[in-house]
Amino acid sequence: MTKLADITHKIRSKNSGPFWITIDIFCTDAAEFERALIAADSGRVAHALGISVSDLKRYDLPDVRVVKFSFPRPIVQGTRFDRDMHGASFANLIAELDVTP
Amino acid sequence: MDKTVTTKILIPSGALGLGYDRDALMRGISLEPDLIAIDGGSTDSGPHYLGTGTSKYSRSSIKSEWRELMQARAMANVPLVIGTAGTCGADDAVDWLLDITKEIATETDQKVTVAVLKSGQPTDRVINALDQGRITPLEPVIDINHSVLQSCTNIVALAGAEQIQAALNTGADIVIAGRATDTATIAALPLARGCHAGGTWHGAKIGECGALATTNPSSGTIMITFDADGFTVEPMGQNARATPYTVSAHMLYENSNPLQLYEPGGHLDVRGATYTALDDRRVRVTGSAWVPSDTYTVKLEGARCGGYQCVSLALIREARYVENIETWTEAVEQNCRQKAQERIEGDFTLELRIIGLNATLGTQDMNAQIGTEVGVLGIVTAPSEMVAKEVAKTLNPYLLHMPLTNDEEMPTFAFPFSPNEMNRGEIYEFCLNHVMELDDPMQAFSLTIEQVRA
Repeated sequence: MTKLADITHKIRSKNSGPFWITIDIFCTDAAEFERALIAADSGRVAHALGISVSDLKRYDLPDVRVVKFSFPRPIVQGTRFDRDMHGASFANLIAELDVTP
Repeated sequence: MDKTVTTKILIPSGALGLGYDRDALMRGISLEPDLIAIDGGSTDSGPHYLGTGTSKYSRSSIKSEWRELMQARAMANVPLVIGTAGTCGADDAVDWLLDITKEIATETDQKVTVAVLKSGQPTDRVINALDQGRITPLEPVIDINHSVLQSCTNIVALAGAEQIQAALNTGADIVIAGRATDTATIAALPLARGCHAGGTWHGAKIGECGALATTNPSSGTIMITFDADGFTVEPMGQNARATPYTVSAHMLYENSNPLQLYEPGGHLDVRGATYTALDDRRVRVTGSAWVPSDTYTVKLEGARCGGYQCVSLALIREARYVENIETWTEAVEQNCRQKAQERIEGDFTLELRIIGLNATLGTQDMNAQIGTEVGVLGIVTAPSEMVAKEVAKTLNPYLLHMPLTNDEEMPTFAFPFSPNEMNRGEIYEFCLNHVMELDDPMQAFSLTIEQVRA
């Protein structure tokens, strides 16, 4: 099995304020970025995050070789059912996406 | 380049309390900055701090670093500005830092003028603005009404460059500002001097996390030099380098939109920005645009009580229980909920999270695997402290002794504490994601001057 983390440089997630999470997929070079553009399919990413694809904002940024996703937090930061105050673990769901060709 | 407007802002670190490389700070002072700016907080650590009006960092850490910055300021003889004082920037947190400032002034024999900018919003002001249609929701939309606003323990508005400029215009040595945008304390002086607006906001965003936009984030200190066309980034740490990549990639950080950044009075658009390496450690940026808005709005943040919480932790090491942990946990939860509903009056929620399986991501985690032991974290939330504690105490014997089947000996699991219930007190929730329109930037902020002397 090939995971998205295996074919990219670094994947991180973080709060963007109390109501949003943002995920950055960093690529080492242009070829890696081209592969990531396809592998990080918006539908699969939304499914892994458990959200609707219409809630997912996507930015393909060739200058910095980053695919970025932002989405409203499924659970608002710090409310009783929130598990991750800083939103750091959402990246793992994307890093572990099965992208076996 | 118009040399007359060139403005150097020294940023010691991403936040007061995070620490920085002292040599890097001193190098920055030796380069004669026009102002020292540091961020004092953010919402990133959750709603507790705004809910209670308190600081995340210890008083000792804040005092230790603030003392060094006050001394650096005295050496440089330029203003020292902190935004979002005391993590949340509520009025109580501003007073807390002012109090620390007075102590330090006495202890170090300093005489300073302090401008105190407060961002706290009286409930009536926000209710009136709501009634007048001057409050607009941001995405994702959260419904608010009078009752939500009245339930907030603190509401703050985020100050922009205009309010920080008003504080600087008093001629103060130190500005202690309540909640402000991360960029406002850095952008205020360059904008007042006529530096390029797009370049100023962009440079302020790059600098607001200190050396995070460099190859050596822990060195902390960074200098941003603003001018009539753009800005230049120079890390102060000996081993830190800014590259076109580290600088341009920083727009991604904690920004849901990496191309535009909204501030009071307009937004920054970096799509036209060009990043040029001046040498192997400095980067020059031009081409960023500032787009003024038709109305002047400030973002609001509010926090209110979300109930009272009591938590409990059991550690399970016995292999058969670890293997069947989900079945066991569901049974514990079900039995406890039923008994608590029979015996305790009052609403509550009970949740058990399996640490070592999927406590971080819940059912969304498709790759969860179990090890030799797990922790079971019981979380009870209720409208009163008493009910939360009663339910958590009802959970106690189940977590300690519940057998997997009826025909086996009663097991006992590891409790790390006595009592095993940990009262977390009031929990808070953010309940505003809105902007408020103002006729005048200072309309929702208060500015006072304090003469602080030994």
